[in-house]
Amino acid sequence: MSAAIDYLLHLADNALVLGQRNAEWCGHGPILEEDIALSNVSLDLIGQARLLYQLVATLKGGNTTEDRLAYFRDSGDFRNYTLLELPHHGPLSGYAQSSMDYGTTIVRNFLYSALMALLWEALENSANTDLAAIAAKSLKEVRYHLRHSRDWLVRLGDGTDESHARVQASLDHLFPYTQEFWAQSPAEAAAVAAGVGVDLLTLKADWDGIVDAALAEATLQRPVVEGYVTEGKKGLHSEHLGFLLAEMQSLARAHPNGNW
Amino acid sequence: MSTTVEAAWAALEDLADPEIPVISLRDLGILRDVRQGADGLEVVITPTYSGCPAMSQIEDDVKATLLAKGIAARVVTQLAPAWTTDWMSEAGKAKLHAYGIAPPHQTPAGSNVVRFISRPAKAETVPCPRCGSGNTVESSHFGSTACKALYKCLDCQEPFDYFKPY
Repeated sequence: MSAAIDYLLHLADNALVLGQRNAEWCGHGPILEEDIALSNVSLDLIGQARLLYQLVATLKGGNTTEDRLAYFRDSGDFRNYTLLELPHHGPLSGYAQSSMDYGTTIVRNFLYSALMALLWEALENSANTDLAAIAAKSLKEVRYHLRHSRDWLVRLGDGTDESHARVQASLDHLFPYTQEFWAQSPAEAAAVAAGVGVDLLTLKADWDGIVDAALAEATLQRPVVEGYVTEGKKGLHSEHLGFLLAEMQSLARAHPNGNW
Repeated sequence: MSTTVEAAWAALEDLADPEIPVISLRDLGILRDVRQGADGLEVVITPTYSGCPAMSQIEDDVKATLLAKGIAARVVTQLAPAWTTDWMSEAGKAKLHAYGIAPPHQTPAGSNVVRFISRPAKAETVPCPRCGSGNTVESSHFGSTACKALYKCLDCQEPFDYFKPY
């Protein structure tokens, strides 16, 4: 039971945090179509998070609700990958506060969607039938997310010298954070042992295949990654998550038990 | 089939989708079942996209429509099997087309991810709902809602929505 809850929270927090990040482009997209696209992707991700939080709330019982899980936990309680909470600025986009770099957004969405496309497909066979049902729905959505981010990765990478240099820099910046995918946490190990979760190492060869094919088409170099492995999924986050949560949670916390 | 169940089906027959009001929930395949449960009548609906904001509106509409006929029912949301555009009725597809939205193609067999992202050499043709030309191009994967993509007809120049296979 507890193994399932921790694992579901990890999946839900991933979806919510990336959904919130992507939604920061709403009204600020580089072109209208992309503004709408990112908002649509966010809607899917937040929808997936809701289904997963509702399932956790059912399993936990008591007075737990999806809103309580999303709005009344602090950063140390969140179990998302560090990759997903980072701001949209890449290393070449100037001041962190003032700049949002679309290439960074695209690279992040591509790396995550490539993983989730494989993971949702594998989770269709989860021993938890509710999770399997959510996975079957989410798979249909993430395939469009992956196709969208992959197309833009190729367009930017194989575009102008400027777009190529910027998206390569974003890739160099973000790729090390994908090491966290492959370092199994105790919660993941417990979920795998219970038949609820999937061992991501069994998906790594396919992920490498998707990533390498896209990078080759985009004329981008796959960075060599080494060094510190982030541990967001164990609750050890960067400073950025706190700011993201402050913005996302402030309304619900100012009006607890509010209904709208 | 009990008379209450029949009456409920009849009442819900023409209940329109809140987002695309030319098509009924039944035509869309969202309305899955009306049945007699242990605690009374149950209407089973299935969500389209996980984050579709119309879902709670649909639940309210179902309850209100039945209540207007004096039928009390509980709405049950069922995730599995996952909704697919293949459940859309032929009549529903014709209504979409007449409304100016290109109806969805059959979803590709299997869910293989790698095959999905590697586009076929020649992308499938989405005929323009206005002039019928197959000379159209996708301008964006995501249109006015998550379930649609934005297309443009290169012959009559009409921009239009395509209901994506899901």
